[in-house]
Amino acid sequence: MKTLVFLEDHEGKLQMDSLGVLSKATSLGGEVEAVLLGGEVEGLAAEAGRFGAARVHVMEDVLLTKPLPQPRVDALETLIGEAGFDTVLFAATVLSADIAAALAARLDAGLNWDLTDVVVEDGRLVGKRPALGDSVYVDVGWTSEPRLALIRSGTFEPEERGGEAEVQKFEARLQDFSLETQMVEQAHEESEGPSIEDADVIVAGGRGLGSPENFSLVEELAKALGGAVAATRAVVDAGWYPYVTQVGQTGKTVSPKLYIACGISGAIQHKVGMQSSSLIVAINKDPNAPIFEYADLGVVGDLHEIVPKLTELVRARKAA
Amino acid sequence: MKIAVCAKYVPEAAANARIDPQSKRLDRSGEGTLNQFDVHAVEEALKLKEAEGEAEVVIVSLGPERALEAMRKALAMGADRVVLVSDEGAAGSDLVATSRVLAAALEREEPDLVLFGQQANDSDGAVLWAAVADRLQRPLVSQVAELTREDGKVRGKRQTEYGYDVIEAPLPAVIAVSDAINEPRYPSLKGIMGAKKKPQETVSLSDLGVDAGEAGEAGSRTEVYALGDPPARGDTVKIEDDGTGAEKILAFLQEKKAL
Repeated sequence: MKTLVFLEDHEGKLQMDSLGVLSKATSLGGEVEAVLLGGEVEGLAAEAGRFGAARVHVMEDVLLTKPLPQPRVDALETLIGEAGFDTVLFAATVLSADIAAALAARLDAGLNWDLTDVVVEDGRLVGKRPALGDSVYVDVGWTSEPRLALIRSGTFEPEERGGEAEVQKFEARLQDFSLETQMVEQAHEESEGPSIEDADVIVAGGRGLGSPENFSLVEELAKALGGAVAATRAVVDAGWYPYVTQVGQTGKTVSPKLYIACGISGAIQHKVGMQSSSLIVAINKDPNAPIFEYADLGVVGDLHEIVPKLTELVRARKAA
Repeated sequence: MKIAVCAKYVPEAAANARIDPQSKRLDRSGEGTLNQFDVHAVEEALKLKEAEGEAEVVIVSLGPERALEAMRKALAMGADRVVLVSDEGAAGSDLVATSRVLAAALEREEPDLVLFGQQANDSDGAVLWAAVADRLQRPLVSQVAELTREDGKVRGKRQTEYGYDVIEAPLPAVIAVSDAINEPRYPSLKGIMGAKKKPQETVSLSDLGVDAGEAGEAGSRTEVYALGDPPARGDTVKIEDDGTGAEKILAFLQEKKAL
């Protein structure tokens, strides 16, 4: 097996999930190499070496400065053609999912996504994928090489091994259509606002709250419990609550001792960000909401009645 | 301006969907519907059309023949016509095969803008647009929560792991929209009545010039080996609120020493 791991960086730092996938690739055996694409990224190669990459392929080009997928597809196509990899792994992000799928079309290669494990069984690579709202686990494979895979976010922990990577620079011609999109404004990590990642208790609100004003219900309960407030992507996109509080695939991954979900359906996008919470309580009026499949306690009912009452009860209990 | 919306026919209530243990494909024998995420793409296309004054909205889908009925919902909302690629030879297509067939159908239409919904309800697939954009060699913006059009360009606000990017792409372009982008309209009675009369074309792989070996399982590069049960997450309890829901949550938190 000769594996290439795509490393994603943001504002001069390697993404943790990328390093997690790199560590996993190393544990599978064979040759493991990594690739870094960007304006100035060579400096990150040493860290990739410590997490298991024997060689890091680096392409630096001002046209790769912005995190846009299409020029990266051209670079990877060239690299895979020149260096020859049978397996290419990506930690799933908004950027890498687009890159992986376009690369699959470009190379006529199989792509399996949302994998929560990759193993070698009977000499072949097998991906494990939860499907249909995680109600069934599917073993998936590839019928040709290279095999492309997107790993679900937060799946593998990075493990530092202390190795050293050989840096190999390469160049690729970027196609005209790949350079047509322009980044007008780029997101920066927001550091202001409350941190939900360290909270022991999180009370989260979703579309079921009905209006942005009703976030006060969630805030009151969080205050009574001494916890933090979180939100789903739907309400963040709708402008009800700030992005820094968003839990899920494109937000934060949290694992508090207690997670109370109010008016959250619990779609997979949200689930991946909070499923490792020790205790999950869900309040939702829709009895078919997916969150009830994995909430330790689910209450089917009107959160507008239950949440304020629960806040009162918690306050009374704490005062006692 | 011509806008194509790629839409998928999915089983009704994906929560109750099952995978056929024999074929290891999703069981599509039951009732089907228009993928809910694609309804947002249809709505966005209709909003663009209304802002534009004159535009054609065409729904492009790949699926079994009865998918046509589900696609009528888009016509009832206001889309102008449907092109359904329906062919036994395309059944079981994975990402590479599906993107090849859809790209062929889109090349025939030559739209100025191709819209996708955020994901397929049944497969949780959220990548098809990028494969299609690559085949069409067109610029791509995905995860768009806000879309605006200004002469010859579209501008999308995209949510990523770090916040919001704003990206511009010249037309023709491929855009995937998030479900937060709009609240889809309900079809009016008049719309529902008129939907049946709108053009609905079914085409085969050979109509599109796609060889049998390039679609379906023959054209796919992934396979399913086995199905299994998910790891258990311990006991889950679901109760109906009878007015004592808050008390029950408190008792539960006390029992688990979570207070």
